[in-house]
Amino acid sequence: MNRLENKISGAEAVIRSLIEENVDLIYGYPGGAIMPIYDELFKFQDQINHVLTRHEQGATHAAQGFSRVSGKVGVVMATSGPGATNLVTGIADAQIDSTPMVCITGQVASHLLGSDAFQETDIIGISTPVTKWNCQITRAKDIPEVLAKAFYIAKSGRPGPVLIDITKDAQFELMNYNYKKCFSVRSYKPVPDYSDDQIKKASKLINDSKKPFIVFGQGVILGEAENEFKDLIEKTGIPSAWTILGLSALPTDHYLNVGMVGMHGNYGPNVLTNECDLLIAIGMRFDDRVTGNLESYAKQAKIIHMEIDPAEINKNVECDVPVIGNIKETIPLLLSMVNKNSHKKWLDKFNSFYDIEFKKVIDNEINPTKKGLTMAEVIKEINNSTNGDAIIVTDVGQHQMVTCRYAKFNKSKSNVTSGGLGTMGFALPAALGAKMGAPEREVVAVIGDGGYQMTIQELGTIFQTGSAVKIVVLNNNFLGMVRQWQEMFFDKRYASTELVNPDFVTIAKGYYIEAEKVNERKDLKKAVDKMIKSKKPYFLEVTVDKENNVFPMIPTGASVSDIRLE
Amino acid sequence: MKESKNIFTVSVYTENNIGLLNRISAIFLKRHINIDSLTTSQSEIKDIFRFVIVVNASEFMIKRLVKQIEKQIEVIASFYHTDDQTIFLETALYKVKSKSLFDEKHIQKIIKNSQANIVTVSPNYFVIEKTGWREDTEKLYKELEPYGLLQFVRSGRISVSKEPMNISNILGINSDK
Repeated sequence: MNRLENKISGAEAVIRSLIEENVDLIYGYPGGAIMPIYDELFKFQDQINHVLTRHEQGATHAAQGFSRVSGKVGVVMATSGPGATNLVTGIADAQIDSTPMVCITGQVASHLLGSDAFQETDIIGISTPVTKWNCQITRAKDIPEVLAKAFYIAKSGRPGPVLIDITKDAQFELMNYNYKKCFSVRSYKPVPDYSDDQIKKASKLINDSKKPFIVFGQGVILGEAENEFKDLIEKTGIPSAWTILGLSALPTDHYLNVGMVGMHGNYGPNVLTNECDLLIAIGMRFDDRVTGNLESYAKQAKIIHMEIDPAEINKNVECDVPVIGNIKETIPLLLSMVNKNSHKKWLDKFNSFYDIEFKKVIDNEINPTKKGLTMAEVIKEINNSTNGDAIIVTDVGQHQMVTCRYAKFNKSKSNVTSGGLGTMGFALPAALGAKMGAPEREVVAVIGDGGYQMTIQELGTIFQTGSAVKIVVLNNNFLGMVRQWQEMFFDKRYASTELVNPDFVTIAKGYYIEAEKVNERKDLKKAVDKMIKSKKPYFLEVTVDKENNVFPMIPTGASVSDIRLE
Repeated sequence: MKESKNIFTVSVYTENNIGLLNRISAIFLKRHINIDSLTTSQSEIKDIFRFVIVVNASEFMIKRLVKQIEKQIEVIASFYHTDDQTIFLETALYKVKSKSLFDEKHIQKIIKNSQANIVTVSPNYFVIEKTGWREDTEKLYKELEPYGLLQFVRSGRISVSKEPMNISNILGINSDK
């Protein structure tokens, strides 16, 4: 206790504040302007594990992966200037996908601000549009209060990234340390009040509906309302489809899970969006990749929108009944007012659409007869080998759509992907973070050959930490999704989408990671099983068909019901 | 978005923190909306600041914009109003050569008729102040222009709403009625 009465440095106050917030893991990269904090981190290394990524972007994605599987706040550290600007992609990704993250950047000494000092950049200005909140600290005495506020803001309400920029002199300055957790900010209302009237109106619409349909998003996971959600759909018997970020909130094989909505979603939920008489959107934001053309999106249906962020209400789709608030609270209230029901005939309709999709698309993808391997059959083998218990991390592109379509999930918080921003290079570092956030679980990263090479250097971090991440690269020697669009909409002019790739197995082995490559179907199952059985990091490259396309597909600007099967 | 554009006054009550202006203007930038005028000042509540922002946009856009502004952590509340829902004014300053004041009788008549005030007179120049609507300050500009304006400047709009905004209630401070 004596020590606390003495003055400590701002840098030590940063570390002590992090410990107060139960932070025991930081991803980051040191440099000149943050050296005092790293020096303190060295002294506290028995309490906080710092993971040195190979690039600051990798640190942000690792923190995101960690947060998405654990529900905790991801913490990132970087130096000023280029260290700080390298965080921007990951911060923007966390902002649009509502991932709680606190980034701490060093800054040049306050007397140098604005002088174009070495490694000075206006990271507050740069990060403003992509942070939930940001703040620069120039005096040590402000550190505990600002950090407490940062953690409170990052994780409360609709979560998001916060950036705190600390000048080097504030890190050195001595101060009287006293930490008080933050529980409110007077200008900020994280969870808006629900209204009983809205819930009553919503329950009436549900009770009167003949063809109700639920589309749920990540709000179910972020609100930790998976059980409440399941209770609601099971009582009302409403067919439920997920957005890409809602995936895994409801087990894949649940009888009311009718698949994915959106551009490469399933046939039934997309077509029947334009046939339901009531659309209940839960914790989702009507992204354009979900809705297709808004002019012809669910125009025949009444719409209920259950959402924590008032700015999302009527943003893209005008709703009849908004139910604002935390769904963990509002769903149980709704549950008590809705009638027990089953919509068997209506649910059968989804199933009959699935049968059509199975015959025309799915069967050929998971049980292919042609020579080249499909991405979907690789996912099927991963499902078989993990029983659907793994955390699956994906990058961005064709492999992402295929994986989300075909991967099996039994547990929530198991799908980690870059949804809103579509950040190539996300998966490899995010998988590392996911493994560290849920070390007892199997983590499989499925990545395309393009995105893999955007953050390939994080193999070094995986090797150094010994995290048993399983890495699957589906290699078609193309930027596959762009190539698909070029084939369909640009007369097959493959402008800069073909990749001449290195020997990925040799690269993995260069990082002392066990690696194998599969070219033929007969070797696939054995290779996947071997990978899953391994207790160490493992790399598996699968050569897949060069010019396979992802279907179904809603072309840009088309209506959800004009989804194409071929 | 197809609906017609109109002049809206956006009022924003905020904490007084560095960087907040940047955060608010970024919301306009992201949607490619030009800000016609912007004024910030102390509000009726201690330590609470008020932005008055004038934009020409559709109501569809303004509604969404105001929600995005209100979502910012340090913003207490945000509103939008049409011109008939507010009392609003601008102030303009006109710097004119003193010589013309004495040589041209007509200029004194202009100042008198426009109900403008002479703020200062020096041997070389004098300064006129006019507060009113845009049309008033513009009319005076046109009338003074022939005599040679050395400088002209107009403030952003300041505005109060006819309806109460109840910021004190939001903050839990004793009501200002």
